[in-house]
Order: sequence, then C-alpha cells, then structure tokens
Amino acid sequence: MSDAPAQLKVLVLVKYVPDAQFDRHLTGESPRLDRSDSILSELDEYAVEAALQLIEAHGGAKAGHEVTVLTMGPAAASNAVKKSLQMGATRGVHLNDDALAGSDAAATSLALAEAIRHEGGFDLVFTGMSSTDGETSLVPSQLAERLGLPQVTLVSEVSLDGGDIVARRDGDTETQYVRAPLPALVSVTDQFEEPRYPNFKGIIGAKKKKTTPLSLAELGLGADQVGAAGSWTEVASSEARPARTAGTVITDQGDAGVKLADFLADRKLL
Amino acid sequence: MSTTLVYLDARSLSAEGPGKAERELLTIAAGRSAGSVVVAVSAPVEDDVAASLGRFGATTVLVPASDVSAQLAAGPAAFAAAAAAESGADLVLLTNAGDSKEVAARLGIKLGAGVVTDVVAVDGGDFTKSVLAGAYTTRVRAKTAVAIATVKANSVEPAAPGDGTAEVRRIEAPEAGPTATVERTEAKPASGRPELADARVVVSGGRGVEGDFGPVEQLADALGAAVGASRAATDAGWIEHSYQVGQTGKTVSPQLYIAVGISGAVQHKAGMQTAQTIVAVNSDPDAPIFEIADLGIVGDLTEILPQAAEEIKRRKA
Ligand SMILES: Cc1cc2nc3c(=O)[nH]c(=O)nc-3n(C[C@H](O)[C@H](O)[C@H](O)COP(=O)(O)OP(=O)(O)OC[C@H]3O[C@@H](n4cnc5c(N)ncnc54)[C@H](O)[C@@H]3O)c2cc1C
Ligand SMILES: Nc1ncnc2c1ncn2[C@@H]1O[C@H](COP(=O)(O)O)[C@@H](O)[C@H]1O
Repeated sequence: MSDAPAQLKVLVLVKYVPDAQFDRHLTGESPRLDRSDSILSELDEYAVEAALQLIEAHGGAKAGHEVTVLTMGPAAASNAVKKSLQMGATRGVHLNDDALAGSDAAATSLALAEAIRHEGGFDLVFTGMSSTDGETSLVPSQLAERLGLPQVTLVSEVSLDGGDIVARRDGDTETQYVRAPLPALVSVTDQFEEPRYPNFKGIIGAKKKKTTPLSLAELGLGADQVGAAGSWTEVASSEARPARTAGTVITDQGDAGVKLADFLADRKLL
Repeated sequence: MSTTLVYLDARSLSAEGPGKAERELLTIAAGRSAGSVVVAVSAPVEDDVAASLGRFGATTVLVPASDVSAQLAAGPAAFAAAAAAESGADLVLLTNAGDSKEVAARLGIKLGAGVVTDVVAVDGGDFTKSVLAGAYTTRVRAKTAVAIATVKANSVEPAAPGDGTAEVRRIEAPEAGPTATVERTEAKPASGRPELADARVVVSGGRGVEGDFGPVEQLADALGAAVGASRAATDAGWIEHSYQVGQTGKTVSPQLYIAVGISGAVQHKAGMQTAQTIVAVNSDPDAPIFEIADLGIVGDLTEILPQAAEEIKRRKA
C-alpha cells in the first residue's frame, strides 16, 4: 500500500436533468427528452457531498485538495455546476456542444472520458448511482472501462486508507467492504449522508469560482462519434403509457379487511 | 443462425437450478437460438450445477479458470468478452441486477456493442423497456453487430426443466486490468419470503407502520407475498435497505402490490406503478397513492391488515 497523494484531485460528474416532480415528456420523431424545468440531479448531490467530505477529512481545500465538477449538457447545465460550486466544489468544467444531443451511455461515456483525460491527473472520479432521466447506471462502469480504472460502485461509505480507497457496498444478500488502488472510479448511492444545502457563504464564494468551457474540438472528437450519430443504441419508437386511474376508494367501517379479501378473490388474486 | 450468450453470476446458481430471473434468460435464449444456448458462468461449476443448467436449456457452459465473480465488474467483463468471442454471439443477455448491469456496461465497451438495460421483452432485434419512471414504453435497438440486453425479472414465463445436458468448457480470459477487491463480507439474514424483485405479490409498508412491520408481514405471509418498504421506512431503520421499492430501490412489476401507510411520492411510484393491480391502505383520504390504486382503503392499517390476514387464511384453509 502506498501513501495518500499529498494533494487530492477529485472529479465529480454531475448531470442536469428534468425535475422528476413535474411530468416528463419525450418529444420528436426519434424521441428525445424535453429538458426544460431541469435541476442538478438529486442523486449526483450525494456524489458531490461524498467528495467534499473526503477532502474535508484530510484538511480540505486549505490543504490543497481539490474537487472539480464536470457536466456534459446544454448551456443551462451550467446551473448544475453552479449549485455544486455553491455546495463547496473548487472549480467547474462544462462540456457543451450541439453535436452531443441524443448521446446514449456509450457516447456519453466516450465524451466524458475524453474530457477527464483532457483535464488530467485525477486521483478519484465520483459519480451518482444513476441519472434520474436515463436511469441506466451504465455511465460509471463504462467510464471506468474506458479510463482503465478499478470501479468501486454503489457505495454508502467511502474513505482513504493510505493510498487506497475503501468503501462499503450494500447488496441484497450481503454487505461488502471493498478496496481499490488510486486512481479509481466511485459511484455513490443515496444511502450516503444527506447532501448539504449551499449556505450564504457558499453562494457568495461560488461567484468567484471558475468554470472552464470545453468543446468537442478541444477533445479531438468528431461530431459523428457522439450524440445520436455516435450512439450504439437508438430509440425506434415510444408510446406514452396510459396514466393509471383511481379505482374504488372505500372508508373502513370495521370490515375493510374482509372487503380487501373479497376484492382479491374477485380478481382471482387469492 | 443467430447465437445468444447468457452471462450468469455463479452466485445465482445451485444444484437445484438457476434462480428465476436466470431461468427467464435461458428461456429467451432458447426461443431465439433454437438448438444452441451458450452460457458463461463467472466461476468454475460443480457437475451438479452444470447438469441443472443443462436441464434448464443450456447446451454449452463456458467457465473461467478461477472465480472472477468478486472482481467488481472488471474481471467478469473480461471473461464475458472472451466468452462472447468464443461463442460468436450476436446477442448477450444478462439479468437486470446491479452487478450484472455493470458487467454489461463494461462488456459493451469491450465489444463495441450497444447496451439496453431494464428490458421487459426481446423481439428480434427490438428491446422493449419503460422509461421516465414508467411514463413511456419504448422500443430500443442496438446499431452495432452485437447487442447486449439486461432483462428484468418477470418478463417471460420460465420454461420447465427438460432432459437436456450441457457440455462444460474452460476458456482463457484476458487480464482484467486494475480491479477493486472485496476484503470482507457480512451476510444479511434471509427472510424466508419470496424475492422482492420477482415476487408475484408484494406488500409494502411505509412511515405509517410507525416502526412495526408486524401487520405488513402478517398480511404478506397470508398471501405468500414478498415484503417491501418505502424509503421513509428504510431510512428510519425499521427494515433493511434492500427492501426499498422505488427510484433508488427495487423496481417491481408484480400481479398485486399492496401499499400500506405509504403516501405515494413520485420516487416510490417509480418503482411500483407498473404492477397489474394496486391496493392502498392509508388513513389520509387525500394521500396521492389513491390516485393510482385499483382499490383504496381509507383507514387504520393496524386494524385492517390483521383482519384481512385472518380472512385470507380462513378462505385458503
Ligand atoms: C433522490 C431521492 C430518491 C428517493 N428514492 C425513493 C425510493 O426509491 N423509494 C421511496 O419509497 N422513496 C424514495 N424517496 C423518498 C420519497 O420522496 C418519500 O419521502 C417517501 O417515499 C415517503 O415514504 P412514505 O410514503 O412511507 O412516508 P410519508 O410520505 O410520510 O407517508 C406516510 C403515510 O402513512 C399514512 N399513515 C400514517 N399512519 C397510518 C396508519 N395508522 N394507517 C394507515 N396509514 C397511515 C399517512 O397518511 C401517510 O400518507 C426518494 C427521495 C429522494 C429525494
Ligand atoms: N451528461 C452527463 N454529465 C455529467 N455526468 C453524467 C452525465 N451523464 C451521466 N453522468 C454521470 O453518470 C452517472 C450515472 O448516469 P447513468 O449511467 O445515465 O444512469 C450520473 O449520476 C452522473 O454522475
């Protein structure tokens, strides 16, 4: 086991996603998601929180440790970076290019991997457990594969032990305690501690923090390698699922348990 | 002739046969590639396990020289890529469990293959899945020569065992590269109830159970159901996190889902609104869960559930 790096460089991937509290829609002929009413993915806030706690445990920004946040998305996605900076991240990177629209996990992970290489030198890459729009959970593992990193995914606790990352993963049948050498990729679940709210100092401080814009050309990627054109999957068709409607609502008069049994028997569910 | 490779985690197998979700994959593969179903297992298998795979439809079982199951995704993906090359498969099927999706993700990059997750139907090269928390049903295709799909439990009726046998072959897998290693595990106690992810009936409790899952378990046992929970209940520590249903828990599509003392937040609905029949028990007549329930019962769960459990047991007796 080696020692922890003197100055930790942590990257967190954050995605700007449609707010799930509102109705979300697919639009257009090759169905795309309507991205108005978007926010920093709630699940990526856990990744930001975990990264901040990790550097804070080792002296924080004062000790020279850094948390960079990277988003790939349209102009408005800078809001996801901004909120992360308000929470306490050090700097932001925003990859924005029209050609990126419609990227599937393979194309997204390609663009993000090149952006991470371009920025360079990270000890740890943190991601959320899943995006709240695509919901595939593919990007973290695909990034690890493309970057040749060990993956420590779906963790609820994470810390450094010397030069290794150690973490707790909760599965269905067992809890695993895992270890990986740096550099490594870590995805964080919502079982981690609740993400902090930006406080006044954080909001003021974020105004002075830098966000670097990135384009595809700077990454040496062509428009045909990403977006819908560079994706390895395509949505052939989509159909809105008929909304569920309310059935019968009864109020218990002391016999609702029996009525429940009647209902199940009627529907042949007993 | 198209060849389908089924990748299975060795931990899901036993001499009695693979788990239900795994048997569903074998059934899909047999339907698609009549006469030849190649299965890659993440560890060397005992003879009785190989025999059970044969009975459930595997014709060839490919295994690595040593167990790669615990090398977080990197080891299994390197082995699965070797198995895909060996079999010449144009479709690789995996279960939709978290670990399997991660293997699929890495395998996709290795093979240059499009990956489709959360699949509920395989129809030629088209994969059906629902997106945006069940708001849309989509048909997705891979544009690549090889396609990879992770299939949700309860997508097809698994075929009954036959008298087939499988040939076991060991293959060399390339170096996995840097991997994380599992240092220590703590087993979680088994509940003895059906698996949440593939149960036909689920009874879930929320904050309304106020710490006591007794009535929920009583009703679940009367129905032979799996127990589930809302995040409020798992966060409170009343029940293990692995029982959570919803966006960040399990997505379930049972024949019957009974939500008890659960208000019906979007994140919870995301995991259960594709159930065939939904019943809700809640003391608040304005609870949003009633908007999607086929039968809503306004009342106190501590009175309704025990009565229902008794009545169901009486009728079944
Ligand atoms: C990023 C993120 C991810 C999330 N993921 C999930 C997820 O995967 N799954 C999930 O469930 N939630 C998830 N949530 C949380 C979700 O937003 C809700 O907070 C949660 O589902 C509420 O749980 P509940 O319905 O049990 O509690 P509450 O909303 O508090 O509802 C309790 C209900 O119990 C009823 N009640 C009380 N007493 C009784 C009684 N005696 N008899 C009958 N009824 C009674 C009340 O009327 C009330 O409707 C997530 C949240 C976030 C931010
Ligand atoms: N466009 C993006 N920009 C930044 N991070 C992303 C993007 N897409 C996915 N991610 C990261 O990958 C995680 C998993 O996303 P997904 O594979 O889409 O479910 C998210 O929680 C993010 O951390």
